[in-house]
Amino acid sequence: MSAASYYMTITLFIPCFVDMMYPKVGISMVHILERLGHKINYPEELVCCGQPAFNSGYWDESRTVATKVLDRLKDAEAVVIASGSCGAMLKVFYPDLFAQTPQAQNAKNLASKCYEFSDFLANRLGVTDLGARFPAKVTFHDGCHGLRELGNKKPARALLAKVRELELIEMKDAETCCGFGGTFAAKFPMISTAMGEVKCASAFATGAEYIVSNDSSCLMQVQGLLDRQKNPVKTIHLAEILAQS
Amino acid sequence: MKSFVREFITQSRHVTQELRHRQLIQTALGKYEVKRDEKKAAFQNWPAARQAAAETKWEAINHLDQHLTDFARRLEARGTVVHWASTAETARDIILGIVRDSKARSIIKSKAMTAEEIHLNDALEHAGFEVVESDLGEYIVQLRKEAPYHIVFPAMHLTRGEISELFARELGSAPTESPEELTMIARRALRQKYITADVGITGANFAIAETGMISITENEGNARLTAALPKVMITLLGIEKILPRLEDLALFLPMLATAGAGQALTCYNSLYGGPRQPGESDGPEQYHVVLLDNRRTQLLADPEQRDALHCIRCGACLNVCPIYRNIGGHTYATTYSGPIGSVITPHLRGLQDWKHLSYASSLCGACTETCPVKIDLHHHLLQNRRNSARQKPSRTEKLTFKLAAVVMNRPRLYAIVKKMARLFQPLHKLVKGSRLDPAYAWTQTRDLPTVPDQSFKDWWRTRA
Ligand code: SF4
Repeated sequence: MSAASYYMTITLFIPCFVDMMYPKVGISMVHILERLGHKINYPEELVCCGQPAFNSGYWDESRTVATKVLDRLKDAEAVVIASGSCGAMLKVFYPDLFAQTPQAQNAKNLASKCYEFSDFLANRLGVTDLGARFPAKVTFHDGCHGLRELGNKKPARALLAKVRELELIEMKDAETCCGFGGTFAAKFPMISTAMGEVKCASAFATGAEYIVSNDSSCLMQVQGLLDRQKNPVKTIHLAEILAQS
Repeated sequence: MKSFVREFITQSRHVTQELRHRQLIQTALGKYEVKRDEKKAAFQNWPAARQAAAETKWEAINHLDQHLTDFARRLEARGTVVHWASTAETARDIILGIVRDSKARSIIKSKAMTAEEIHLNDALEHAGFEVVESDLGEYIVQLRKEAPYHIVFPAMHLTRGEISELFARELGSAPTESPEELTMIARRALRQKYITADVGITGANFAIAETGMISITENEGNARLTAALPKVMITLLGIEKILPRLEDLALFLPMLATAGAGQALTCYNSLYGGPRQPGESDGPEQYHVVLLDNRRTQLLADPEQRDALHCIRCGACLNVCPIYRNIGGHTYATTYSGPIGSVITPHLRGLQDWKHLSYASSLCGACTETCPVKIDLHHHLLQNRRNSARQKPSRTEKLTFKLAAVVMNRPRLYAIVKKMARLFQPLHKLVKGSRLDPAYAWTQTRDLPTVPDQSFKDWWRTRA
């Protein structure tokens, strides 16, 4: 395992659904980053980035939540976000949300030090081999926000490539949306479901045992459908794989 | 009052469950993607080409007034009559007037989405004229009395078998599954129409300001015949079709063909600059160009979304859109479907009536990634949502987000909500997936994850 040249204090942003439903994802991140020698800071009072309100068009309500995040993370050295989607919110959409407000500069400053987990490991720390072992066939689903808003196609694959005994089989249309889309999944469940079914079918066609992603929200959608279909394929977050040894 | 959103939801529910439709569209667009990628690879530098195209369109749209007047002046110098139509109604009236003045009976038309936008065929037919679509796909949907399914591939939703049945029924032809034979059947029916038509109506792909010319690009040669045979030619186009220079076509024609259909170049590319000139042996005696605004200038006035006027109607954003691919073109119930339709329809036809299209998106951004002229499509959907919520907020939603903000900002309250979620989980099993389930929207088709006993925060605290 290679270590970064200097140790930093990393602030973890754990969104509500990871906190409540996917604690293992956050725990894995803590283990991995600590093993690399860094100190973790977890501001417990931050649970939401404000994306649901933002995406629904209620920017004032979103700002109420987001202002707290901005204030609390002002002095952070680096912020690692346990979801590509929330990562995009902090990094890409906060500057829009706070444009022409007194917080505009704060939002820009914060954006420059926010990282989605895989991007942080591969690009900020320059570490891809974490000594993990995961003997299974997996396929990777690119969460749209991580992929297109943050431009992270390579980090996850670079990290997976170093996992011992893991075989990555790319699916057709890995970059196609799984249909989650936040409130979209509840507002237009039939469209969201159809999209998810298409996604599951491409993943299933690879013969992989696991669908991996760096966004638990996508995995909630995919796993929800797989379970309903009684499909034995499992979903797992990238961080959970990287934490295995 | 007709509820567009209710209709949209009913239609989406219906189409998303039609597995045959899903298969058909996925296969067709899968093939398109392969060809598009091949042709994209032939560009020396596709990203740079997109950038150049976006900049050219930016210039065109930001100096639209100047370019349009140049364009019109140059066309007029060659004897073209240029008409300015600020609304759909004016455009229809202008065209009806021209058709009446020329004492026409039958009209041949090549593909024009602007004509769909202003419901031109209905108006002409209503006034007693026969209008025949000459583009094969358009002809097919016209025979079916349907709107085009896609802005580039109007009949993409139909199988050969269905087209054969349609032709047998409407044209009395023998059933066949061969695409060539089907084309021949349509061609035979159409040739007759070209010869007898008094007026030809076309759309336009580009309008060249520098030379005062219309550029039309097509694969069947039908637009050429539509333009060449009748005595009177009319071109209807949106004012955003402007390109500043003739040489811009060197980029835009291959780009449109690549993004639109996975072709290096469309088969027939023509330029029209006026009616038959003295000494020329063919071409129409009269040429009319109708420039359509129909609320495009309102979009122009919106600095955030003005770039939506860059659109060259290639259809690429529809092709890659997972929403479009699952709900199909007709579900939108708009002239322009897919991501670009969801962006501009609220501007063209009213935000409150059409905002649902902006919400019916997972905001995946595949559209923006593919758009050859780099329109920030999915972010415009977000802006439409914001504008509509500002203009007319839903009370329940606003309250929900206000309450959520209160909970999220107060750790104690959040802890209580978390505890309640865990407590109610066993009870949830009783109603799960039923109409009584508060999470029905999710659980009717999907399972929910089990909430573990220990949250991340609980775990963190055990370490302290
Ligand atoms: S928005 Fe872009 S991708 Fe969509 S039709 Fe217009 S030019 Fe093509």
